[in-house]
Amino acid sequence: MRSSGRQIRSLSLRVSGFHRAAQQRPVGRPVRLFMAVVEHSRFASQAPPRCSGSFFFFTVTVNLWRHRSRLPFFFISQTRQGDDKQYVGFATLPNQVHRKSVKKGFDFTLMVAGESGLGKSTLVNSLFLTDLYKDRKLLNAEERISQTVEITKHTVDIEEKGVKLKLTIVDTPGFGDAVNNNECWKPITDYIDQQFEQYFRDESGLNRKNILDNRVHCCLYFIPPFGHGLRPVDVEFMKALHERVNIIALIAKADCLTPNETKKLKDRVRDEIERFGIKVYQFPECDSDEDEEFKQMDKELKECTPFAVIGSNTVVEARGQRVRGRLYPWGIVEVENQSHCDFVKLRNMLIRSHMHDLKDVTCDVHYENYRAHCIQQMTSKLAQDNRMDSSIPILPLPTPDAETERLIKMKDEELKRMQEMLEKMQQQMHEKDQ
Amino acid sequence: DSELEPIPPPQLAEPGTQGIIRGRDLFGYVGIEAVLDQMRRKTMKAGFEFNIMVVGQSGLGKSTLVNTLFKSKVSRKSCTPSYEEKISRTVHLKSVSHIIEEKGVKMRLTVIDTPGFGDQINNENCWDPIVKYINEQYEKYLTEELHITRKRRIPDTRVHCCVYFLPATGHRLRPIDVEFMKRLGKIVSIVPVIAKADTLTMDERLDFKQRIRQDLQASGIRVYPQKEYDEDVEDRIRNDKIRENIPFAVVGTDKEHQVNGNKVLGRKTKWGIIEVENVAHCEFANLRDLLVRSHLQDLKDVTHYIHYETYRVRRLNESNASVSGLSALPLENGITEKYEAQSQL
Repeated sequence: MRSSGRQIRSLSLRVSGFHRAAQQRPVGRPVRLFMAVVEHSRFASQAPPRCSGSFFFFTVTVNLWRHRSRLPFFFISQTRQGDDKQYVGFATLPNQVHRKSVKKGFDFTLMVAGESGLGKSTLVNSLFLTDLYKDRKLLNAEERISQTVEITKHTVDIEEKGVKLKLTIVDTPGFGDAVNNNECWKPITDYIDQQFEQYFRDESGLNRKNILDNRVHCCLYFIPPFGHGLRPVDVEFMKALHERVNIIALIAKADCLTPNETKKLKDRVRDEIERFGIKVYQFPECDSDEDEEFKQMDKELKECTPFAVIGSNTVVEARGQRVRGRLYPWGIVEVENQSHCDFVKLRNMLIRSHMHDLKDVTCDVHYENYRAHCIQQMTSKLAQDNRMDSSIPILPLPTPDAETERLIKMKDEELKRMQEMLEKMQQQMHEKDQ
Repeated sequence: DSELEPIPPPQLAEPGTQGIIRGRDLFGYVGIEAVLDQMRRKTMKAGFEFNIMVVGQSGLGKSTLVNTLFKSKVSRKSCTPSYEEKISRTVHLKSVSHIIEEKGVKMRLTVIDTPGFGDQINNENCWDPIVKYINEQYEKYLTEELHITRKRRIPDTRVHCCVYFLPATGHRLRPIDVEFMKRLGKIVSIVPVIAKADTLTMDERLDFKQRIRQDLQASGIRVYPQKEYDEDVEDRIRNDKIRENIPFAVVGTDKEHQVNGNKVLGRKTKWGIIEVENVAHCEFANLRDLLVRSHLQDLKDVTHYIHYETYRVRRLNESNASVSGLSALPLENGITEKYEAQSQL
């Protein structure tokens, strides 16, 4: 099972000796030059570098060289002659990717979970500057008594500066509202598993060009500010979901807390999350060569979790400007004011810096875990049915119940042990013969 | 030089008011109103008893509100029990009594707290311990009343008022609120309040209150002050004003800050100071007036004359029905005629 510790995979670079070339730079003109040779793995064994065109030069030159005539011969590239002999040009790859993805557009699925009345819809509207919940009708008390947890989806297409985002919000009305909330998270975990299963089937299918990715990339969980920390239902929910989706815990309606109370509550929630072993989404570590400012920001971000947020559907006038905020008789709360709440930090983290990372973790960690688990179950069922030769994964069969699974596993192990013993005996017999 | 005239018999002013001699018909000052003074002196010496129960999820500010109401550290704030303690606990009731005194008037205040209410994942029947407690207090009082030699002043542990804390969600009543208030509205006077109301703007507050009132009416829940017990027009006008405003949106605190040169009770945030006793900010002052300054005696009366009597009648009818003596009432009189005589009072 893959852990979620990630290192940014870096290309291994080897710098060949061209210090001689570096000494040839003209006097008086500072040329910063990093030349690196990325060795193609096939040609690693060949000793003298040859101009056979199989070397790639990955250059990050700040200023182009002028003294091409003095270059040793292995710097000549095959792709272009003339003035740009040493500039291959695949530094533009990121731009090409950028252009293509702008054309294709991005998609992101966000789930919001928490009791009703914690400001989830307001926060979603504030985050994406839309009004997704215009026609919502609040159920009255009688209707609520018989309500079960539902899953509703809203999809909206947002475009900004030519970049298209298809945003899907998965809402969970009814969660935690009933008198008896036993297993109220089951519909939610079932939904997430269903999306994984559907993607798994599509991926193993024949037409893979237009796969719709409905997997949930991130789940914002709202903790009420009224309590003294995490309640039993919060802990159970997060434990049921932390292996399936990235959870980001938020303290909702933070405008009823003074700064002291906010700090105490955050510390308490962080302690309890650690104590109960809940694996919330961790921000990836900075590279060691990032600049100090970025590292400082990153540290601040991590110490601020869980974010205490305030959302607003209304625009008010404050300090001469029109801002999103809430008007009280005792003052005005500005949603985008960093000293009032952590909304800006959440928005930056969610949209501006970590959206892609959230998607990556979902694909690489959560989905892969689900897939491995699924395949394991399938192969154990196949082993039972004696059809070991089929290597093409059949569509996921319904999982056998726990009892038969246990028996299957036991029998498997027995078989393995017996096979090992047989092999050992055969070996001994061989040795005896020899 | 007043002439002594024979005192004519008092004239009866209007027909239909036979037997009532109004003050203006009396010649001279009898001094009936001095009775009020005597009563006041007696009650001041004897002191009052008031039992208030606070119910709500943990963290809604129940203890803080009680401390603010009575301006003293009556209730110790729950020092955040850890998670393990929370799961294994069922709702249990803690009652703390204090005697507070103001201007020579002594009051024995008992605050009954209900930690654990609504905190578990499965909250079914979390109101049962509370209902049981309230009925037990009625039972105790009834037992005392039926003794042959009764105490001069029966110690009154009955719950006079139950303050129910609603979280400020802004939407409507939750199922647990409806269930609780339905059951308890029949046996005790409930005063619902919106807790931690500094998270609602004025508009949201009004909408929320309206929706709650609609829900209360739709579910048939009667909260204090109940419409049926208004005795006269004056009462009804006064109580109507209150009924338009329930549930009160309160904010509680025990910290003081400086505002415009005065020390006020308030909560200081980055965007302003919420003054607890300022009616423009929150309705704490209204709640305090209701509970302490104007309706305290009324709460006790409603409890004694209405809720307690309902319980008593039901109880006595029950033991009447089971003539075989299975009733748990330790009646020392033991005669059935006494039942009927008492139940006709």
